[in-house]
Amino acid sequence: MAATAGTRKLNAHAVRADFPIFEQKIHGKPLAFLDSAASSQKPRQMLEAMTTFYETSYANVHRGVYVLAERATAGLEGAREKVRALINAPDAREIIFVRNATEAINLVAYSWGMNNLGPGDLVIVSELEHHSNFVPWQYVAGKTGARVAMLPLTDDGELDLSALDGLAKDGNVKVVATNHVSNSIGTINPIEKLAAWAHEQGAIFVCDGAQSAPHLAIDVQALGVDFFAISGHKLCGPSGIGALWGRGDLLQAMEPFLTGGHMISSVRLEKTTWGELPHKFEAGTAPMAEAVGLGAAIDYLQDVGFDAIAQHEHELAAYALGRLSEVPGITLYGPPADRRAGIVSFNLDGIHPHDVAQILDMQGVAIRAGHHCCQPLMHKLGVAATNRASFYLYTVQEEIDQLADGLYTVQKVFA
Amino acid sequence: MFDDMYREVILDHYKNPRGHGTLDDPDAHADGQNPLCGDEVSIYVAFGEDGETIDEVKFSGRGCAISQAATSMLTEMVAGRTAVQVAALDKDELLEEIGIPLTPVRLKCAMLGLTTLKVALHKAKGTALPEGLAGFDDLDLS
Ligand SMILES: Cc1ncc(COP(=O)(O)O)c(C=O)c1O
Repeated sequence: MAATAGTRKLNAHAVRADFPIFEQKIHGKPLAFLDSAASSQKPRQMLEAMTTFYETSYANVHRGVYVLAERATAGLEGAREKVRALINAPDAREIIFVRNATEAINLVAYSWGMNNLGPGDLVIVSELEHHSNFVPWQYVAGKTGARVAMLPLTDDGELDLSALDGLAKDGNVKVVATNHVSNSIGTINPIEKLAAWAHEQGAIFVCDGAQSAPHLAIDVQALGVDFFAISGHKLCGPSGIGALWGRGDLLQAMEPFLTGGHMISSVRLEKTTWGELPHKFEAGTAPMAEAVGLGAAIDYLQDVGFDAIAQHEHELAAYALGRLSEVPGITLYGPPADRRAGIVSFNLDGIHPHDVAQILDMQGVAIRAGHHCCQPLMHKLGVAATNRASFYLYTVQEEIDQLADGLYTVQKVFA
Repeated sequence: MFDDMYREVILDHYKNPRGHGTLDDPDAHADGQNPLCGDEVSIYVAFGEDGETIDEVKFSGRGCAISQAATSMLTEMVAGRTAVQVAALDKDELLEEIGIPLTPVRLKCAMLGLTTLKVALHKAKGTALPEGLAGFDDLDLS
């Protein structure tokens, strides 16, 4: 383990050596991977945990009485406990494995929303939302007769909490749903305040933690939220697994999302009864190896330390904002460095993000160009798309230099 | 090293797009969107006296160099052709004109103008819908 466990400062060059992806060149250049907000790269430790599981412990979980089934079950349930600890949930039975944050939010929108929303009710989301925390609510509201309202942003790219009480006049607020960290512009949202306000209205608060869980120490109890959604692939885990945490009493009262095998208590022609938590929400064969990989990824991140990770990304964001602000004709979006995560969104005057990203790719720099699944936000910013560079524990300053140098080359091509 | 994709002719069409603008009272019109990036293009067509031959094509909207240059080239290519001919226009003909290697994502950029033009002609003249859209009878073609 090359990571700097126990020390305060993260050594990104040492961490990087754990990630095989960086052993290659792209277009003959070192890879500057600045798209971790879309998905993170994978450490060898996580990959090896999955391989070992497949090679030594693989069988279907829960159903078998033989040794391999017991090992596989232990792998899955061990991972559940690691997710619980990651976000300090009170009970591992409240951790539901899903495919990703999108599925986690859909689970809440359907299982809670379909039975608790109706005409006159209001779902409040924010202008910062990823489509995955907006479209499910819009869809379920459409089915139930409820309405969706959007909490606006200030010019600094932060949520305008002063607008909340005004929005609440338009209906009976039943759900408030926002992300913890914005994937487009890096804003860190005041979840405690939002959750407290939601509860004053008698509403539930649903937190999309897809961009916060990879980067910040999370305590769902201290945040005061009712649901919290994460994606494993964004925190060094494999694709195909995510988790939903929900308050036990709410999960108990909810109907299942998917039905079928494994989620039942008893099945008769006349009636089927549901299994206990978490099984009620986990129909079908679980993503076992993915869960083991996710657990190993969590171990890895905790070894490095979330405080060190957050500090490292914070320094990178400040450095990037400094370097990029020197580029002529650049517009930077989002809050000041001290109030944002490791995400920097920008546009170059007169040059479309697709073209910027394409020319950067030829220089070995991978960034995101597009609407980042945030069309309402792009609309607010008055653009169709932005460029986005995002950082993680393995990001080094040299990659940001490579980006800044690359932007000058982009401008030369278009001069 | 950037010469492959950002050839002089592409940059020229991007910086000085032909046919950029709108028509007040178009004979055919459609708005297109690339859902991958949110880029938008609107196409306006005026037919000649026979009501079949394209006299003029204008376009407006926002997009990357590839989509803007491709649409600009398209407006020059299709003038003087009939609606039926343009509906049958093979995408390779436009790609040849563009003349650069395109990745699958950038291919969508390059095709946005042509697809939108074919939709406009379909709405005005009932000509064939573009590849990939054919068969969507309840398509919202606004
Ligand atoms: C803030 C936010 N929410 C939700 C998601 C959806 O994650 P997934 O695609 O893994 O479901 C993302 C991913 O980009 C995100 O950034």
